[in-house]
Amino acid sequence: MIEIRGLTKRYGPTTAVDDLSFRVEPGRVTGFLGPNGSGKSTTMRVALGLDRATAGEALLDGTPYRDLRYPLRTVGALLDARWVHPNRSARAHLRWIAASNALPAGRVDTVLEQVGLTAVADRRAGAFSLGMSQRLGIAAALLGDPGTLLFDEPVNGLDPEGVRWIRRLVQGLAAEGRTVLVSSHLLSEMAVAASHLVVIGRGRLIAESTTAEFIDSAADDTVLVRTPQPVLLAEALRRAGASIVPVDGDDLGLSVTGATPEKIGEVAAARGLVLHGLTPQHASLENAFLRLTGHDVEYVSGGPDQAAAVPAAGR
Amino acid sequence: MGPITAERIKLTSTRAPWWSAAAALLTTTGAGLLLAATVATTEPVTVAATQSARVVGTTVLMVLAVLAVTTEYATGTIGTTFLAVPDRAAALRAKAVVVAVLAGLVGLAGALGSWAASALLLPGGDLALTGPDEWRQVAGVRLVDAGAAVVAVAIGVLVRRTAGAVTLVLVWPAVGESLIGLVPVVGPAVGPLLPFQAADRFLADAPAGGGLLGSPWLAGVWFALFTAILFAIAVRVARHRDL
Repeated sequence: MIEIRGLTKRYGPTTAVDDLSFRVEPGRVTGFLGPNGSGKSTTMRVALGLDRATAGEALLDGTPYRDLRYPLRTVGALLDARWVHPNRSARAHLRWIAASNALPAGRVDTVLEQVGLTAVADRRAGAFSLGMSQRLGIAAALLGDPGTLLFDEPVNGLDPEGVRWIRRLVQGLAAEGRTVLVSSHLLSEMAVAASHLVVIGRGRLIAESTTAEFIDSAADDTVLVRTPQPVLLAEALRRAGASIVPVDGDDLGLSVTGATPEKIGEVAAARGLVLHGLTPQHASLENAFLRLTGHDVEYVSGGPDQAAAVPAAGR
Repeated sequence: MGPITAERIKLTSTRAPWWSAAAALLTTTGAGLLLAATVATTEPVTVAATQSARVVGTTVLMVLAVLAVTTEYATGTIGTTFLAVPDRAAALRAKAVVVAVLAGLVGLAGALGSWAASALLLPGGDLALTGPDEWRQVAGVRLVDAGAAVVAVAIGVLVRRTAGAVTLVLVWPAVGESLIGLVPVVGPAVGPLLPFQAADRFLADAPAGGGLLGSPWLAGVWFALFTAILFAIAVRVARHRDL
């Protein structure tokens, strides 16, 4: 369980995290979403005692990180896969981390096996590819068999196979009852991997809900329409209250928002217009995310209330 | 115990510290023998004369100690260290202890090496380790090198950048303090308090000058105290700093 309570972090005049509160529950993967510079990494660094909070607190199983005696037994974290000495072997890297928390030396071999690095364990970490470095970082996070895990951008720069591997891993860890927080700006990935989302922008909370609820509440469903009479249909639909965007590369296509397929069909029938296609487009996490964070960016001097409000109007 | 074991594994699992330690040992022994041999052409060699080159070894060991810290800041492993041991005082104390023990062992080996090489190759000198003063001059090197390593760890924590911290440990003990001693009025006033000059007096043949810190043992105590104060400042700074 991770609890962030009224967390604020300022670096000089810059406010990186602004009165942020949320909870991450065990037994599920929680995605931590936000554009670059929105405060995800800062929140994790403060939660893990690396940076000091300006105000508020972060609790891990009810305890601030700096008060944990052997923290790796409670919390595992991957913040930056490059935090290794390039001339030290992967095995030696894990050995010193294990020793620091009085973990049995056998755990090193166990986690090396778990992340698939056994064969290269004695090679120097500086020769590792990014994917191998990420696996080493995850091995370090798993060393203490912790109940809480934080991964900062774990799929960054990975090939599709690596991305799938991480997804299965975090879902497996959550299924074992662990608390798992995964930050990412790869939103499509989060839609698949995370069942719950904490979305932030400019250091403030934008949404905290299940992934499905987030998409439903924040995005308009659009319908893709094909017709040989696009100009007439567009005018008729606009009069019926829908908004229309032409489809790139298709003169006969219209992207319609604010009207259900049924409504579009009725409008077309009433005007005697021909339809060639009527395809509902499910709202994507990307759209929802861009709408919400874009809204947040607009309110440069806005307070937290405005930022937290889901916009009713469109872009 | 965990943090100390971790620091020991860190220090021994890359090659650079081994090379530095070997360099410290060889330069101290070789230069010590060379300087003692020069003395031997005009007068009988004393125990203190065999240790004339110890500042070379001390400097190399301080560079080793600085790198043990600044490499962590350069590679980012300091983040991993503070994640594993969030009590930064404990993490840095463990590093200081491990580096100081290594520097002390290498320092002692270098001191004994210089002395033994001179005793074997330079006949006619009075090199028997007869009394506490002779033992202080040889074995004391171990204590000074351990203390100097802790000073270097503290500098590494405070400066963080390798270039700046290495420059500081190269200049300060060997040149910096002598220059301060030459400044009119200020020099004579603070001279006895300069830590590495105090370390030199601790290892010297005979007390140079009088005063409270004229005694080698008092000078040694002051050097140890200075080391502790600088380290405490470094820990305090690290605890209140972001990462």
